Amino acid sequence: MTGILKKISQINFGLMSPDDIRSMSVTKIVTPDTYDEDGYPIENGLMDPRLGVIDPSLKCSTCGTKGGECQGHFGNINLARPVIHVGFADTIHKILRSTCNTCGRILLTDSEIFDYQNKFKTLIKNEESLTKIIKDVYTVARRDKCPHCEEEQEDVKIDKPVSIVEGNYKLTPSEVRERLEIITDSDSVILGVNAEKAKDGTQVARPEWMILTVLPVPPVTVRPSITLETGERSEDDLTHKLVDILRINQRLKENMEAGAPQLIVEDLWELLQYHVTTYFDNEASGVPPARHRSGRPLKTLAQRLKGKEGRFRSNLSGKRVNFSARTVISPDPNISINEVGVPEIIATEVTVPIKVTEWNLEELKGYIMNGSEVHPGANYVIRPDGRKIRIYDEIKETVAENLEKNYLEKGELGYVVERHLKDGDVVLFNRQPSLHRMSMMAHEVRVLPYKTFRLNLCVCPPYNADFDGDEMNMHVFQTEESRAEAKSLMRVQEHILSPRFGGPIIGGIHDHISGAYLLTRKSAIFNEDQVFQVLRKSKLPLPDRTGKTWTGKQIFSKVLPDDMNMVYRAEVCRKCDECTERSCKNDAYVVIEDGELLSGVIDEKAYGAFSGKILDHIVKEYGTDQAREFLDASTKLAVSGIMKAGFTTSTNDEEIPQEAKEDIEAYLYEAEERVDKLVAAYDNNELEPLPGRSLEETLEMKIMQVLGEARDKSGEIAESYFDINENNAVIMALTGARGSMLNLTQITACVGQQSVRGGRIDRGYSERTLPHFQKRELGAKARGFVHSSYKKGLDPIEFFFHAMGGREGLVDTAIRTAQSGYMQRRLVNALQDLSVNAEGKVTDNRGVVIQTLYGEDGVDPAKSDYGKVVDLDKLVDEMRIKSGK
Amino acid sequence: MQETIEKVTKVVKKKRAQKIFTEQLIYEIAETVEKRDLDDKELDELVKKVKKSYDRAKVEDGEAVGTVAAQSVGEPGTQMTMRTFHYAGVAELNVTLGLPRLIEIVDARKKISTPTMAIYFEEEFRGDEEFVRTIANQIGKSTMNDIVQDFHVNYAEMNVVVELDMPKIEDKRLDFEDIINRVEKAFKKVKIDNNVLSFEPAKPSIRELRLLADKVRDLQISGVKNIGKVVIRKEEDEWVIHTEGSNLGAVLKMEGVDKVRTTTNDIHEVEKVLGIEAGRNAIIHEAQRTMDEQGLTVDVRHIMLVADMMSADGSIKSIGRHGISGEKASVLARASFEETGKHLLRASIRGEIDHLTGIIENIIIGQPIPLGTGSVGVLMKQKK
Repeated sequence: MTGILKKISQINFGLMSPDDIRSMSVTKIVTPDTYDEDGYPIENGLMDPRLGVIDPSLKCSTCGTKGGECQGHFGNINLARPVIHVGFADTIHKILRSTCNTCGRILLTDSEIFDYQNKFKTLIKNEESLTKIIKDVYTVARRDKCPHCEEEQEDVKIDKPVSIVEGNYKLTPSEVRERLEIITDSDSVILGVNAEKAKDGTQVARPEWMILTVLPVPPVTVRPSITLETGERSEDDLTHKLVDILRINQRLKENMEAGAPQLIVEDLWELLQYHVTTYFDNEASGVPPARHRSGRPLKTLAQRLKGKEGRFRSNLSGKRVNFSARTVISPDPNISINEVGVPEIIATEVTVPIKVTEWNLEELKGYIMNGSEVHPGANYVIRPDGRKIRIYDEIKETVAENLEKNYLEKGELGYVVERHLKDGDVVLFNRQPSLHRMSMMAHEVRVLPYKTFRLNLCVCPPYNADFDGDEMNMHVFQTEESRAEAKSLMRVQEHILSPRFGGPIIGGIHDHISGAYLLTRKSAIFNEDQVFQVLRKSKLPLPDRTGKTWTGKQIFSKVLPDDMNMVYRAEVCRKCDECTERSCKNDAYVVIEDGELLSGVIDEKAYGAFSGKILDHIVKEYGTDQAREFLDASTKLAVSGIMKAGFTTSTNDEEIPQEAKEDIEAYLYEAEERVDKLVAAYDNNELEPLPGRSLEETLEMKIMQVLGEARDKSGEIAESYFDINENNAVIMALTGARGSMLNLTQITACVGQQSVRGGRIDRGYSERTLPHFQKRELGAKARGFVHSSYKKGLDPIEFFFHAMGGREGLVDTAIRTAQSGYMQRRLVNALQDLSVNAEGKVTDNRGVVIQTLYGEDGVDPAKSDYGKVVDLDKLVDEMRIKSGK
Repeated sequence: MQETIEKVTKVVKKKRAQKIFTEQLIYEIAETVEKRDLDDKELDELVKKVKKSYDRAKVEDGEAVGTVAAQSVGEPGTQMTMRTFHYAGVAELNVTLGLPRLIEIVDARKKISTPTMAIYFEEEFRGDEEFVRTIANQIGKSTMNDIVQDFHVNYAEMNVVVELDMPKIEDKRLDFEDIINRVEKAFKKVKIDNNVLSFEPAKPSIRELRLLADKVRDLQISGVKNIGKVVIRKEEDEWVIHTEGSNLGAVLKMEGVDKVRTTTNDIHEVEKVLGIEAGRNAIIHEAQRTMDEQGLTVDVRHIMLVADMMSADGSIKSIGRHGISGEKASVLARASFEETGKHLLRASIRGEIDHLTGIIENIIIGQPIPLGTGSVGVLMKQKK
């Protein structure tokens, strides 16, 4: 950055007086036409050259700068008759209602005025909202009699959008303006219009300025016309609207001068009011929106600012940027979690600006010589005078020579070369929706062939990414400060722990987990050759050959820190009543002593995303560098482990013996019979209702319970035939790699009850779900119980109910994303200004203290141990393992 | 226990950590000492380790805790269920849960969709089923319909004859006198003959008679205002009343009710009856419960910050344009959130000044934001 950085300290808002509007305008606009027959802008027309230019080849006749540099100049239209500004109609109405119709004083007694003035002072001093107190004034100041001049007051009503009616008489804008004019400055303040005179006599607002007598005309830069391919000119919506206003204004003026009858003048006046109203806001209630010739409603001033696509949210709070790229993502288990694979085609397009120094001159020259097409090349050279030179093959030699000559011989400083992205550059990587800060992390570039971004599988959970066609964005930092900041704060390894719950969010997934399990389970014994293959493949240091066989646990211990001590229960733990600890038959009791895995298997609880205990421990005790190394090494190890064992699954994994099938069938029939009995009991009025429930509800609940049990029980029967040692699907379910036991039993045994709106299915035909059933039939099948398993296949009726349940799920997800997205936006907007100050207090931007100590203990959840400062039991366990107790 | 606490406090003082260790933490350490039977040396080491962890876990100055809290509360929203009704513990009552409930909490709705109370009792009444049942019937809404044995609309004599079911009244622990009083208060033309009541309509028409019949049937004979159904449940050898509808103020005044543990899920009611601090705790408790029920873990600190923000000025404000976001000092911050036009117009007539201290304002004008690394600057001494 060069030069002095200026800082904007405040923005003052105010109303423009007619004088302000006239004095800032460069010309009066009179003619409603834009261009003459030759295509030149008409003087005093809406495209008057004095309003500024857009075409870079022209010069602005007001400020003399070229098009593109001239930001434009305002013009003005003198309105033949005053009109009300729509946005202020409500305020005008309330002010008129609160002021005397003769003397113009506010309808409050002197003591009340004094009271409110004091209240205003304190509120303004504390920077608090005035909305409430102003509302209060409007209600109190509704009197039938003026306390100052004793005049009787008539009720003033507003007829949306802009008509103000007193009694039965409709006030014209001129009359309204007259009344507003006589309100004193001090009264205005209490009425919510800051008319206080500053020391230099200027005012930010006056009530009568809410009535327009002169209309500012924005410069052409605000409403550029577009030339279509056919050579036809198409004007901006605002220009169209201004043309309308000018036309009516002209006619109104002519009619008034000609002394036309009152009725005609009033009609035209109303029409002018309509056009000015829609010019400001084309969605004002009670006004038919002005339309384009094609029937599309015009986008006028308010519409330009408002809403998601408006100026504020889409151009000011968020902006389009250069040096960014977007493409499909795909996995690469061989790169580090800190890295991102960038396709060469992108690396040659987005660039990093490098200042030319003595030390990098040769390197940069090399890039220039490579040109803009060959990979480690450069696209532009920026000269000290600010000129940007594109590097072509034809000129690359000269550019390089000039650079060297000017730099070395003339000593010219300030050259910048925009070179291609290369390995090791830091970039920002992002996947929408950016729901939390881990959705944007800094990665190191690895330029790779092909056309997709490559990322390590461990970073899928924080981005919530998969590879079914997801696309992601990349941004290249352009300053050293941003690079430094990103590298120390935003790198992937700094975000292994989620601030949401203080545990790891980056970690092994899917095959990493089943792989580690296959590697570390009890039966995994490897001969030395195999061990060396695995270690070599995962790039771990090779030990000396001894000729002995290895257990998988020994292999995995290679990636654990040497002095690590831990005890925990693995994901495969079945939560037996009595824990046999190290002699657990599932090998679920994990003991790590001095970096040696002594018992237990490695599964999701060890280093999986969301629950990895070992990973969590390493981040917290050994730092993020070690954690990254551990993750890179252990996942590679797991992948080589799974490749040694081989891993496949098919529906054969969900096969059970015939007698099991019969057992399940028998159990399901029995359950369905029980349902029938319940229904029979209900029909015979023998059912006892549960307290606070009707008979029907009780029946439903009981049936749901029986059918739920039926599915669980049939699942249990199937489960008892599943053996983790010979069934890969079960390995995945039990280790937490993918899927659940429920998924498996649904394939094998019974799919279970389908539900819509939280209950059994009860919609469709009158009093029955499908015409295949009796009316009011309440049996299991008639209400969506799917007896079959996925493997056996669903019958048509079951299929239909299953589709109903499935559809509900889809609709649910769609609605949920919209709702939670809006909730998130509101939350972020409400809380974004909070920060921890130097004393540990949480304050907002005004300095209001929200918490005296963050979280009541000053602990950052991202650095805590699942929300706690320390897990005391864990500490004691570690201490005891060390001391050998 | 007291001894251990003192012992721990001494060790903590020795390690010069008394300023950072909270009372809660010292208590927890003492608990561990007793449970795991630590000797003095081990305690020493433990305290040392805890202190180290504490130093490591401190929140940094300038940290954007607000944004992190908002994201941490909002992000799991996508994983929550939409299903409004679900039973939480009590199978007989429906309670709104999941995303709709969370939205309800941050909205600070005045009328929540399923208000419910859990009423606990003082020590001596906890096991007393009879007492709890009596209270439950006083609280729960009963109508005439619940205690009639025979209900007869007599078109010939133009009256409604109701025979009350004495055993049912007994069963519901209602007072017969009280019922009669209520009936007499509600209906002028009523004849009472022991347990047989006969009502006459104001005008002898069939229409009137039918209306009267409905009115008689729906006459509330007991119950606290705003409370409907009640359910009595035994939870670990004590009786607890769960209600549909909520009226904390009235219930707390009843005899035998445990004033400490009795709660409602209506945040505004808690605030009204027990004050803003209680309201803040209610927000934390309710939000946390909603998250836990869905199996999502969100650190309390985030929820606390949301709750503190909502209750910072002494009343509960909603998150959104009618609450916090609509009352921000900065015009640009308000305009960029919602109701852009309204805020800009209002700012112009009031001559508002935007001091550009917030995040969004600085983004809009293209300056670094005053958070994190942007909240610090470098001060240089001028060369003389």
